[in-house]
Amino acid sequence: MEIKFNEEALATVNKIIARYPQGKHKSALLPILHIAQAEFGGWLSPETMDYVASILNIKPIEVYEVASFYSMFNLKPVGKCLLEVCRTSSCWTRGAEDVVKHIEKRLNIKEGETTKDGMFTLKTVECLGSCGTAPMLQCGASYHENLTMEKVDALIEEYRAANKQRSYTDLDYKNTL
Amino acid sequence: MAKVTIDGHTIEVPDGTTILQAARMLVDKDKMVDAKVAPPTMCYYSKLKTSGGYCRTCIVKVTKGSEKDPRPMPKPVASCRTKVMDGMEGVNITSPEVIEARKGVVEFLLINHPLDCPICDQAGECHLQDLGYEHGLSKTRYDFPRRTFNQIDIGPYIKMHMTRCIMCFRCVKVADQITDYRVHGMLNRGDASEISTYIQKAIDNDFSGNIIDVCPVGALTDRTFRFKSRVWFTKPVDAHRNCTKCSGKVALWLKGNDILRVTGRKDQWGEVEEFICNECRFEKKDVKDWTIEGPRHIDRHSVISANHYESLASLKLDIGKQQKALSTKK
Amino acid sequence: MGKKLLIHNDKVPNIHTLQVYREHGGYASVEKALKSMTPNDVVEEVKKSGLRGRGGAGFPTGMKWSFLAKPEGVERYLVCNADESEPGTFKDRYLMEKIPHALIEGMITSSYALGAKTSYIYIRGEYFYVARILEKAIEEAYAAGLLGKNILGTDFSHDCYVQVGGGAYICGEETALLESLEGKRGNPRIKPPFPAIAGLYGCPTVVNNVETIAAVCPIVMMGGDEYAKIGVGRSTGTKLISASGHINKPGVYEIELGLPVEEFIYSDEYCGGIINGRKLKAVIAGGSSVPILPAELILKNDKGEPRLMTYESLSEGGFATGTMLGSGGFMVYDETTSIVKNLYTLARFYHHESCGQCSPCREGTGWMEKILHRIVEGHGKPSDIDLLWDIQRKIEGNTICPLGDAAAWPVASAIRHFRAEFEEYINNPSKIKDVKHYYSVNQLAGA
Repeated sequence: MEIKFNEEALATVNKIIARYPQGKHKSALLPILHIAQAEFGGWLSPETMDYVASILNIKPIEVYEVASFYSMFNLKPVGKCLLEVCRTSSCWTRGAEDVVKHIEKRLNIKEGETTKDGMFTLKTVECLGSCGTAPMLQCGASYHENLTMEKVDALIEEYRAANKQRSYTDLDYKNTL
Repeated sequence: MAKVTIDGHTIEVPDGTTILQAARMLVDKDKMVDAKVAPPTMCYYSKLKTSGGYCRTCIVKVTKGSEKDPRPMPKPVASCRTKVMDGMEGVNITSPEVIEARKGVVEFLLINHPLDCPICDQAGECHLQDLGYEHGLSKTRYDFPRRTFNQIDIGPYIKMHMTRCIMCFRCVKVADQITDYRVHGMLNRGDASEISTYIQKAIDNDFSGNIIDVCPVGALTDRTFRFKSRVWFTKPVDAHRNCTKCSGKVALWLKGNDILRVTGRKDQWGEVEEFICNECRFEKKDVKDWTIEGPRHIDRHSVISANHYESLASLKLDIGKQQKALSTKK
Repeated sequence: MGKKLLIHNDKVPNIHTLQVYREHGGYASVEKALKSMTPNDVVEEVKKSGLRGRGGAGFPTGMKWSFLAKPEGVERYLVCNADESEPGTFKDRYLMEKIPHALIEGMITSSYALGAKTSYIYIRGEYFYVARILEKAIEEAYAAGLLGKNILGTDFSHDCYVQVGGGAYICGEETALLESLEGKRGNPRIKPPFPAIAGLYGCPTVVNNVETIAAVCPIVMMGGDEYAKIGVGRSTGTKLISASGHINKPGVYEIELGLPVEEFIYSDEYCGGIINGRKLKAVIAGGSSVPILPAELILKNDKGEPRLMTYESLSEGGFATGTMLGSGGFMVYDETTSIVKNLYTLARFYHHESCGQCSPCREGTGWMEKILHRIVEGHGKPSDIDLLWDIQRKIEGNTICPLGDAAAWPVASAIRHFRAEFEEYINNPSKIKDVKHYYSVNQLAGA
């Protein structure tokens, strides 16, 4: 894959950089990393991070430092659908552990692993601000809340059928609250 | 100017001075003041801007905020980053609370430390060793496997042992402030944080060797000195040479007539007086390269001085201090 | 039914659009402030209102605003803290998702009061879709002349942008948030200087929570004095409470401060009681960082008086018998809950979210998690309880930012009030191990 933004992405990037005062363009780093992750396969390879550094005219190490700090940036390849199941207190009290076990069994992977076909990666995450609608999982931009096993099954089927990469920047989010 | 009192000793210092600097000034000025009144530091380095505040070993209690606002500060503060106010009163070694909190910090710093001092080149001049000796528990309460990291190669001159690192950020600040291009930094977060170049590459520029001198522990050591000798078997002398890149003022660590190691000259707080270049540090290992000035003073409390004779004067001073401490206790 | 000022229109169809929002009186505070009040008038009203920061610390907003340095020729910034990451808290998400213009309106009015030409809404990265909703609302506001140059024909010009984070609880701490907004790691800064003196890009900056900023609109409209009449004592106005856990009706509720806790838990208007008619065991009243209290202490304080939902009443008795209102993340646990296991999930959270900058928090949070893990797995040692106590005590108050305290308090309070449960785990691990301490999903679906 060539690591270079297409015109549309580049226009968005330039729009983002323009939000900040002169000389403070480093502020654009996080939003641009999100775009880069979505554009270049759902994770940030060293090449991708070097490319982002060149766009912002900063040292590559500054990008590595930031990308490795935040939990939403994947520094290793992940499946097309990254299923992030919340496991903190309120979700735990309402059965998050069952959801994780169910997905593990269904996809035949352990937490942190990716299915052989590269379709799903299962990850447990900390509180996503969906405590009132627990248990929940996030995939790309979408929150899936008040989960039941049936809902999880249907979701997996739906995603498998759609067979596309999901990222946080997707527009087709589900309005669930 | 601001008048500040630390552990009962008063000194007047310029505005903008930190509590730590004031305490060091106090010790420098009055030879009768116990040097421990100046809090220990692991991350603060006066020659590096914005250093300090992270390790929490230098915490002190402020019992009186200032003349204007005498309220005490609610929490212990990092003395390296807290500026003095006129009339401020603080306690360090006379506060059991501070001693207790510092003990906690030392324990935190040690739980994941490998304690591989017997094979560590830093042993003998390690700040964590000193700190552990002064404030640590004799036994660890941590019974889990210690943190480990994958070793990375950062070039022919510097050896990195991430397991020994205490995250003081000094080497990152050296790279930012005295070298022209930083290639290493703090990666990941929490207790998984590590100093790394991310993609393995050498830290290579004329002043990179200074990250060894600023490292308070054995995380960054000199490869040209690796396993050559324990430091206390070497003899430090002051020396200089004409150098186009740096001042050329260094300390040579000799065994017989062999230069085993070259470092910057460290003051009584363990900080180098001047940063030196890699050529002086790594490539001039022949005594003919240097003009030797004379033996380097090493503090009597340091293990390095164990094989050296100490002057009578410093012994007298020490006895004087102990007498004074006894009389104030009464 | 209590008075509602923030989410009274949340059920109105299409309230997220500018048109419907304005039909329901939206942007009136911008109109009023810009056309008939000086910036200082607005600050004065906020001061009079007694509004306190709704993010968790409860610092008086008017006072925070008045600390803002105003040197000539230097930009000032308003930054909205929408990095809502405290476990148990989801009120800001609800407000922004349902009524995005309520926040934008507050941003404009507050920026006018503070003299900020630019403001940023820093929203947690996981809320990407909410950021889209806000961006859309901002676009609408620009088109209607409510943002941009010469707002509503006045001299006041303002730009507002949304910034997404990258997933880090620590960025809810205001200086970490500013670091992150500058494109750096979210390491909290060492204070002083405070943001009011040197914040974003070194310029004077005010950082306020979403709910705080939204509350400025009703204050401007009704006047600070009128707002201060709602509530009890120094806890004025209304507060959004995110209720979750073992209750019949989890969700976001706007309450008048001063509502009795018991009414909040059991009234059908709010939480609707405990699921399956079970007994209440414990409550974390203000987001995971505040001390957990057993049923008897959350319903009544140590003097036997009913506890109210106010900053003061909840903290009555100090940490020995009290807690804090915090962010209003109200988590309810019924009699089947294992406090120890729940604490483990929280300790894991703080370990995961510690930034790693200062030693006590970096090392201590991981240590506490490991010990708790050992206990819930049935390998705890009798000395572990005292060790946990000692570790939390050495973290608390010794860190750069409040995350250290936030990690220490839940551990301290769980041991303080539920020590017997820890002992049970350690002494009878085999008995405890096979008991399921949480609701299965199917159990809930059936309930």
